[in-house]
Amino acid sequence: MSQPYPFFLPRDRNWQPEAYTPGYKTSIARSPRQALVSLHRGSASERSGPVFDGLEIGKYDNDLLMNFRTEGTVAGLPIGERIIMHGQVIDQFGKPVPNTLVEMWQANAGGRYRHKKDNYLAPLDPNFGGVGRCITDSEGRYRFRTVRPGPYPWPNGINTWRPAHIHVSVMGPSISTRLITQMYFEGDPLIPQCPIVQVLKDDDAVETMIARLDMTHSRPMDCLAYRFDIVVRGALQTYFEE
Amino acid sequence: MYSQYKLQDDSGLLRETASQTSGPFVHIGLALEIAGFASRDDEIWEELAKDGAAGERIELVGRVFDGNGDMVRDALIELWQADSEGNYISRFDNKQPFSGFGRSACANDGDFHFYTVKPGQVDFDGAPMAPHVNIAIFARGINLHLQTRAYFDDEAEANDACPILNSVPSPERRKTLIAKKEQGGDVTRYCFDIYLQGENETVFFDF
Repeated sequence: MSQPYPFFLPRDRNWQPEAYTPGYKTSIARSPRQALVSLHRGSASERSGPVFDGLEIGKYDNDLLMNFRTEGTVAGLPIGERIIMHGQVIDQFGKPVPNTLVEMWQANAGGRYRHKKDNYLAPLDPNFGGVGRCITDSEGRYRFRTVRPGPYPWPNGINTWRPAHIHVSVMGPSISTRLITQMYFEGDPLIPQCPIVQVLKDDDAVETMIARLDMTHSRPMDCLAYRFDIVVRGALQTYFEE
Repeated sequence: MYSQYKLQDDSGLLRETASQTSGPFVHIGLALEIAGFASRDDEIWEELAKDGAAGERIELVGRVFDGNGDMVRDALIELWQADSEGNYISRFDNKQPFSGFGRSACANDGDFHFYTVKPGQVDFDGAPMAPHVNIAIFARGINLHLQTRAYFDDEAEANDACPILNSVPSPERRKTLIAKKEQGGDVTRYCFDIYLQGENETVFFDF
């Protein structure tokens, strides 16, 4: 029986981080010691994936300036650097990936997460939640409005700080293209010091995670913009499959 | 102006965006309830099958262990599976009886839970694969998510014939992919513990 599902370009596991990266201590006990087993030709299981047409996306789901407003406060807006984060999801052939789910989460302007396990002393912002989601449009474009997150300390080395970052999750056309990454900000001097960034061996791979200041999409007297394009694995054509 | 599109390999293909760990606070983004955060109107969560879903209702539970044998309590688990007829239902919609995709988190007691139906057989190159679900594991310390499959121990004959299961070189290691049926309860329950490293290390796939 023919399957409508495409094959995908193999994931370059030399480009992507290895599992065991001892500079990032938690990876030591959480990395497999055995080789991955390659499925040389993915089955329908791997080549298919969910499409989130039926997920009800709320009006402010992609607007973190608005989606955690505390009722009864005077201003009701989060504190911090107002930014638009936007970009395009494309595949390795440069083809847009429309109608795919992009999710993001982040700390507030002071580097504090609204998570019950985050006990960093920087305060929560009563008007900031830190979660967003949207579906890419017909050209693969997505857009969020938020505040730029702050760096924060974490227990790895004795004085290790994460660069400002936004976690980004994208599904793409199949579970084969599923990807979670982190978006960093152009020019942040913490980037080259970070053990989590340094799990990548190739400086060019780090570049794929750095959003660029994008004055053309900023709004005068309102907010700056950063552009972050996301490349997922390329889908091959299946003309000759039986 | 800088564009990431320019990052091409020698053949001109764009490079895949690099992966990073989902970190300790993945729940605020992908499992809001676990973070102690109010849910939105519609969420992707652990109930794939709802009233009216065709097929045998099952609960899939499991835990994740690290190389020291300690329970991983901050993992996010994603499930992708066929329906009871062996068809992949791409459309995710909480208003329909069954969606093939769900998420759960190892929090609280360290267990992940899925409420779903037992998947039907899906063909691969004309041969049936044994019923299985695809599982992706994301967590702090995992740089690129791990991909595995859970099969069912009451499908021994189908498992023995499964071309994918048989592609795992070591028969001993194939056992790490078999969820164990548990007795009791209203709904059939399968337990699938995941060992990230060391003794009984789960088989993880590259695809």
